[in-house]
Amino acid sequence: MWSLFTSHASDFLTGFGWTILSSVIALIGATILGLGFALLQIVPNRAANIAGKIYIEIVRNIPLLVITMFFYVVVAKVFHLNGFVSGTIGLTLYSSAFIAETIRAGINSVDTGQYEGARSNGLTWWEAMRYVVLPQAIKLVIPPLGNQFVNLIKNSSILAFVAGMDLMYQANMISQTTFDTFGPYIIVAIFYLMLTMPLSYYMRYLENKLEN
Amino acid sequence: MQEFLQAYSWINMRFLLNGLWITGIVSVISILLSFVLGSVLGIIRYMGVKYLSRIVGFLIDLIRNLPLLLIIFFTYFALPKIGIHLNVITSTIVAMTVFESAMLAEIVRSGIKAVPKGQLEGALSNGLNFYQALWYVLLPQAYKKMIPPIVSQFVSLIKDTSLATIIMLPEVTFRAQTIYAQQPKFIIPMFLMLAIMYFVLNFAISRLGGYIDRRMAS
Amino acid sequence: MPSKMKKRILGLALGSLMIGGLTLGLASPTVQAKSKEEPKNQTYYQIKKTHKMQWGVKGDTKLMGLMDIKTGKLQGFDIDMAKEITKRVDPKAKPVFTQITSGTRIPMLLNGNIDAIIATMSITPEREEVVDFSKPYFKAGQAILVKKDSKIKSIKDLNHSNMKILAVQGSNSLQNAKKYAPKAKGSALQDYATALTALQSGQGDALTTDSSILYGMAVDNKDTKVVGGNFTDDPYGVAMAKNDPKLRHAINHAIDDIKADGTYDRLAKKWFSDVPGMSWKEVAE
Repeated sequence: MWSLFTSHASDFLTGFGWTILSSVIALIGATILGLGFALLQIVPNRAANIAGKIYIEIVRNIPLLVITMFFYVVVAKVFHLNGFVSGTIGLTLYSSAFIAETIRAGINSVDTGQYEGARSNGLTWWEAMRYVVLPQAIKLVIPPLGNQFVNLIKNSSILAFVAGMDLMYQANMISQTTFDTFGPYIIVAIFYLMLTMPLSYYMRYLENKLEN
Repeated sequence: MQEFLQAYSWINMRFLLNGLWITGIVSVISILLSFVLGSVLGIIRYMGVKYLSRIVGFLIDLIRNLPLLLIIFFTYFALPKIGIHLNVITSTIVAMTVFESAMLAEIVRSGIKAVPKGQLEGALSNGLNFYQALWYVLLPQAYKKMIPPIVSQFVSLIKDTSLATIIMLPEVTFRAQTIYAQQPKFIIPMFLMLAIMYFVLNFAISRLGGYIDRRMAS
Repeated sequence: MPSKMKKRILGLALGSLMIGGLTLGLASPTVQAKSKEEPKNQTYYQIKKTHKMQWGVKGDTKLMGLMDIKTGKLQGFDIDMAKEITKRVDPKAKPVFTQITSGTRIPMLLNGNIDAIIATMSITPEREEVVDFSKPYFKAGQAILVKKDSKIKSIKDLNHSNMKILAVQGSNSLQNAKKYAPKAKGSALQDYATALTALQSGQGDALTTDSSILYGMAVDNKDTKVVGGNFTDDPYGVAMAKNDPKLRHAINHAIDDIKADGTYDRLAKKWFSDVPGMSWKEVAE
């Protein structure tokens, strides 16, 4: 196993790098989009609520693979997107729907009295959100949001389907040149765990702290 | 427009629907098996049996933190090595069950934990032993609260089955790819049909789950 | 028995069962090393006993092995060859077809999911280290497929750093192409279906693999063309697990017989006589 790693170290590390890069871009993008769609669902405007709801329901109910392949083979005909970009866009959009739901649930769980109090003190809807509701929601939202980030990192393996250079893709390539179907996958499993395990455990720690 | 009509010919639709059937069968069997296995694992975690709960907990964490794609690979290529030969469908079911059981175990554990402590103490002081209390008092209440997360796991499972295209499971996404590879002009109609099929199926399941949840609550 | 004790015992029993199940997938890699010393000719006797011959075949390759959407069955030259070989290895046996990709076929053969591979598989020294091949049954060589409006005329035109060559995983075609166009970038996709769609979507400048496969693509996809002719010579063989000389002998014998009695010509004509740019008389190796 070790010799397999050392003989293909640069491939594994390259894959690790692309996996991290894709995850970080998708994480930032999906959080911004997710926050946007969460707010869209709760602003006092019926049309905006419906638009937000439609986006989330559609994206949530369609497999990530279908969304990613759509960008890789259909959208790419118009705008040139390579595998890495298509995969990262797919990952961002897909994750954004789940993050939006997580944030919305957090906002809803803030006591409505707080919001009403803020409004009756003359704050606008946006100010009430910005200064009263969101700061409290963030605390509640961090652990479930962290779990969504873990899902996002795991889901970045979708890049393997579109030659996105990531860990999973490298494992496929190495296993096909060495005819070893275990070693490469065990090694990439360790790489994935290095990213996801600490994050999961930290989120569980925060969750427990919040409960007590 | 012409292309859409051609793309949705009975021949193509039958080919896709057969794939949707496989998606459905794999998902239903996997969620049922995961429900049983996940419950047992969740209960073990909840009971806090010495060593055992730790080990189970660690395995659950391991599986929850790995991409499903990796687990599909391991199952497909690992089991034959120890003499278990499974076809693609069975192999996918095994992979999905391993993954989903870990997910459901956590849901079951936190579901039981959420039942107020007083309930268990009350049941025990009324002469029930631990298992009776678990079976008659804790689990019914816990399961009622777990309907929404279990339904959303089921929806994930239906979507995740598409990942098994990597081991050539002839489910609906794989079949749509087969069609548009042979007739590239059908590529957009095929993506649209895939989106419609998944959306209708999953949206209906979510709604049904919500309805059952409300019925149980009232 | 005190309830706490009972609780532990039950928990332990259930738990060990579950751990067994769960670890199966993860722990088995450690088991693999032990079971290497298998008896000889296992697959051959298995076929004779069960009267079933499990073939790994392609499902995304027109002319060679393609899924027919109308019937849901696989068809092509390789599929017909497999049927004919099966008949001659064991007259009572039925062929069973499992769709494979270039990436999964060797692991599946080594793991015993399938008995033999007949799936546009070139005989190469690297592969011969892990599997056994029959004698060649099909003359093949690698070429490139490009979009109809492309300026690329041969593999040499791809030798620029802004060129991208598409291929599928598990085939050696990307490495071969890189020998002629070392500066080009490469992307390996899951299967030919995706690779072809990727070419049409502009994800690469050329798709490289065996010309027999590319000609099949060009028949259906008028927006693509095969250019430059073959730049390698890699005949196809039937692959099987090592340590099975009886099976290898039976398959070789079957191939000779298929060629001698006119079956081969009939099949070659059936599949390749209408393909522009291909001559069915020249496919025999």
